[in-house]
Amino acid sequence: MSLHAINDFVVRFANVNGSGSASANQLFAKSILRMGVPATPRNIFPSNIQGLPTWYEVRVSEAGHMGARGGTDLMVAMNPQTWDKDVDSIEPGGFLFYDSTKPARDLRSDITVLGMPLTDICNRAYSDARQRQLFKNIIYVGALSALLGIESEVVETLLAEQFKAKEKLIAPNVAAFRLGRDYALEHLPCPIGLQVQRRDKVGDRIFIDGNSAAGLGSVYGGATVCAWYPITPSTSLAEAFMRYCKRYRTDADTGLGRHAIIQAEDELASIGMVIGASWNGARAFTATSGPGISLMQEFLGLAYFAEIPAVIFDVQRAGPSTGMPTRTQQCDVMACAYASHGDTKQIVLFPEDPHECFEFAAQSFDLADRLQTPVFVLLDLDIGMNERLSAPFAWDDARTLDRGKVMTAEDLDSGRPFGRYMDVDGDGIAYRTYPGTHPSKGAFFTRGTSRDEYAKYTEDGAVYQRNMERLLRKFETAKQHVPRPVRRDAPEGARYGAIYYGSTAPAMDEAVEMLAADGIALDLMRVRAFPFHDDINAFIASHDRVFVVEQNRDAQLRTLLINEGDIDPARLIRVLHYDGTPITARLISTAIAQTINAAKIVPLRKAVP
Amino acid sequence: MTFLAKPKLHHPSAPTNALGLTRRDYEGAISTLCAGCGHDSISAAIIHAVYELGLPPHRIAKLSGIGCSSKTPTYFLGTAHGFNSVHGRMPSVLTGANLANRDLIYLGVSGDGDSASIGLGQFAHAMRRGVNMVYIVENNGVYGLTKGQFSATSDRGSKNKKGGENVDSAIDLAAMAMQIGATFVGRSFSGDKAQLVPLIKAALNHKGAAFIDCISPCVQFNNHVGSTKSFDYVREHNEAVNMLDFLPDRREITADYAPGTVEVVKQHDGSLLKLRKIHQEYDPHDRVSALGYLQQHTAAGEIVTGLLYVDPDAQDLHDHMQTVSTPLNALDDAALIPGSAALAKLNAALR
Ligand SMILES: Cc1ncc(C[n+]2csc(CCOP(=O)(O)OP(=O)(O)O)c2C)c(N)n1
Ligand code: SF4
Ligand SMILES: [Mg+2]
Repeated sequence: MSLHAINDFVVRFANVNGSGSASANQLFAKSILRMGVPATPRNIFPSNIQGLPTWYEVRVSEAGHMGARGGTDLMVAMNPQTWDKDVDSIEPGGFLFYDSTKPARDLRSDITVLGMPLTDICNRAYSDARQRQLFKNIIYVGALSALLGIESEVVETLLAEQFKAKEKLIAPNVAAFRLGRDYALEHLPCPIGLQVQRRDKVGDRIFIDGNSAAGLGSVYGGATVCAWYPITPSTSLAEAFMRYCKRYRTDADTGLGRHAIIQAEDELASIGMVIGASWNGARAFTATSGPGISLMQEFLGLAYFAEIPAVIFDVQRAGPSTGMPTRTQQCDVMACAYASHGDTKQIVLFPEDPHECFEFAAQSFDLADRLQTPVFVLLDLDIGMNERLSAPFAWDDARTLDRGKVMTAEDLDSGRPFGRYMDVDGDGIAYRTYPGTHPSKGAFFTRGTSRDEYAKYTEDGAVYQRNMERLLRKFETAKQHVPRPVRRDAPEGARYGAIYYGSTAPAMDEAVEMLAADGIALDLMRVRAFPFHDDINAFIASHDRVFVVEQNRDAQLRTLLINEGDIDPARLIRVLHYDGTPITARLISTAIAQTINAAKIVPLRKAVP
Repeated sequence: MTFLAKPKLHHPSAPTNALGLTRRDYEGAISTLCAGCGHDSISAAIIHAVYELGLPPHRIAKLSGIGCSSKTPTYFLGTAHGFNSVHGRMPSVLTGANLANRDLIYLGVSGDGDSASIGLGQFAHAMRRGVNMVYIVENNGVYGLTKGQFSATSDRGSKNKKGGENVDSAIDLAAMAMQIGATFVGRSFSGDKAQLVPLIKAALNHKGAAFIDCISPCVQFNNHVGSTKSFDYVREHNEAVNMLDFLPDRREITADYAPGTVEVVKQHDGSLLKLRKIHQEYDPHDRVSALGYLQQHTAAGEIVTGLLYVDPDAQDLHDHMQTVSTPLNALDDAALIPGSAALAKLNAALR
């Protein structure tokens, strides 16, 4: 039986890296969005530039599920190298679309095979090799539009928008699209069982990747200095900042930039520059991934101890070491939360999607200045490098940048006493001055060595300890400033809870629905920051057991919860996924259902009604 | 001012500079280095130079790494902000600070361990970027603070205190700086104030990456017979290629000189470098020939000092990056935030 589904299926493109398929695949995904149906693409790519396989997976879901689903309903198999595996991975009853210039034999009998002689068609239509390659991609989008019921006007409008600046390219692209569409309408069994039907489920949402959103958020957050070193999957964040600075921070009259972006020699230099710039009163950030975080450790301790603002975007990838550099994980939680030697606790934010990447990016600069400490924004490859439907960006023009406690020359002249590390307000945060502020007052020496309230070097143990205690007080203050966790209870309330964070959100949302359908109720708490808000401990305390769902091997957030909240480990049940693919609702719901069903045999509840 | 240990009693007749400040106003806390340490002489030379130039001390940012040498910023310019960062990473911190506010003067102080060993990479990259700064390495050929291990500027064959011989070849930071893009390079000796002070003054008035390799004997661990960084050894082998006078402006050129013996170089800011040639063939504007000279004479066992290279019209990192003239740390919200209208437009383009 062949699959039948409307607005609920997964299409996977198997391509050769560097074949120009990316923009055609994006066109495909966007055309579905333009029909008002949520679609979530994911790039799956190995760590190389050209010639090796890449996949692009599009989950079409009218219900709005944006987590990875697993499995493929329609495989667009454009890569001979991965052919066998690709064909094997199709769900029973699914579809295979392929280039039948060389017809395949002995294919699975439980799938529908849709062959189209793409190479032949291209060779006949085009003489230039590059054109043949590029238009082949557009031609298959044309064919898919016919097979899946995607409206041709939608695709043609998108093409016109895409080539607005190079108008000459519109007509040939539209022609290629029609070539594929017409061929399919004539020769293939259109429509197939998988169909896209127009809906109105996208609303005003925007479609963008998390790295771009964070780069943009940094512009809105007032960052002027970016120092970075290229590393997948964070590179596009710095590049986005560059792009948006060019657009929004170029002086109209002089052409000069209100920003400074440096590709540093390594991550040590990146974070060093960020610290130097922040010390001097500019908002500065770096973007990196796990290996960069490892390199930055010494500096991160300096910034923590000397109390210098810094924003670090860590777009996580599978570690340890080089690990799987193009695969996703949430594996740097501990490395960031306790970054550097000695007793440290760092601020960490966990955005769930591009919207929060923007929000948290902008907010992180306020937090760093307010708390005078490094702030980590933990993205991962899944949200960083994939476009995702998310709430539109918003900005309140009345909002001002919070520069924190900075004393000006006037403040110093007014006779207000200045002690760089003096806790005058009782919140653990002391006042600072920018270099060059006043001819005779307010200067101090910044150092990573112990010092007293007046920044004077000291090895007096009591003074050292007083300072370390104040840093804890400051961390306590931070709880009120960082994004609060988001709690969502089951309608009737539940005995079990689940804690999750970052890119796990869409899979968790879907899993909860699946579990509810099976009669398992679950309360949810999405952690958005470290230090943990008291709400989180209250949530744990009010449930029999709490699942902690995360994408790493060692249950890092769970460890942090136990450690920081003195929580009995038995109360927190691990749900882990760390093979480098994005976590799925299926995995989460299966793991949780198994645990709960097993527990039902030995009931936790005292009396069963 | 939180650390000035010295009494600030001015002698009523103490001379003042153009800003009406006395020499004392340029001092810092009392040094805790070993008595006789070369580094203290360099601090004194910095104080002297900044005082005579009449620069407001609080407009200078002092940055350093870790080491005895890197401690010295506490001992001069007490009203200036200082930053004792981490070992070998001062150049990146200074670069970042410079990006944030191009209007301050940046003075980086480092050691040979700090810059030639752990920090060689950052040293090199700050030079090649043309960060507008004065970068002084207080070069004693050892790790003073960790008690006398050889550093990467230690000459091959040089002996440590216990008689052990250094078998690795030395890094010449001045030559390296020249090669990779510093636009002002000098070498001097902590014991030669007459040479060092004008070099520091000229460097402070140079736009771009100015580097001074200052040999600065460690009396504790590297001042014995067999060391090539001892006071005696450096005095014996010091070969200055020129003598520099720094003149804030043209009016100060008074004397006439025999043709060919003196060259006057005008720097970007209008200040003048009066160079009295000692070695006629040495041309501090020709990077290639200067490097050749340096290598030849170093091979012959000479310590070549003086103004080794200068490009008076150099550009700095901000020029390269085309940043606005307003310091980035002084831009207000309106200059930084594109606002909700721009965002609405962007949202529309993302649908
Ligand atoms: C990461 C790190 N490694 C090692 C040290 C120990 N350390 C402190 S100073 C120093 C060497 C300093 O030598 P140099 O820069 O030549 O300064 P000097 O004391 O000779 O002036 C070392 C190795 C450190 N502070 N940090
Ligand atoms: S150990 Fe050497 S470098 Fe350090 S203060 Fe003493 S003399 Fe100076
Ligand atoms: Mg040394």
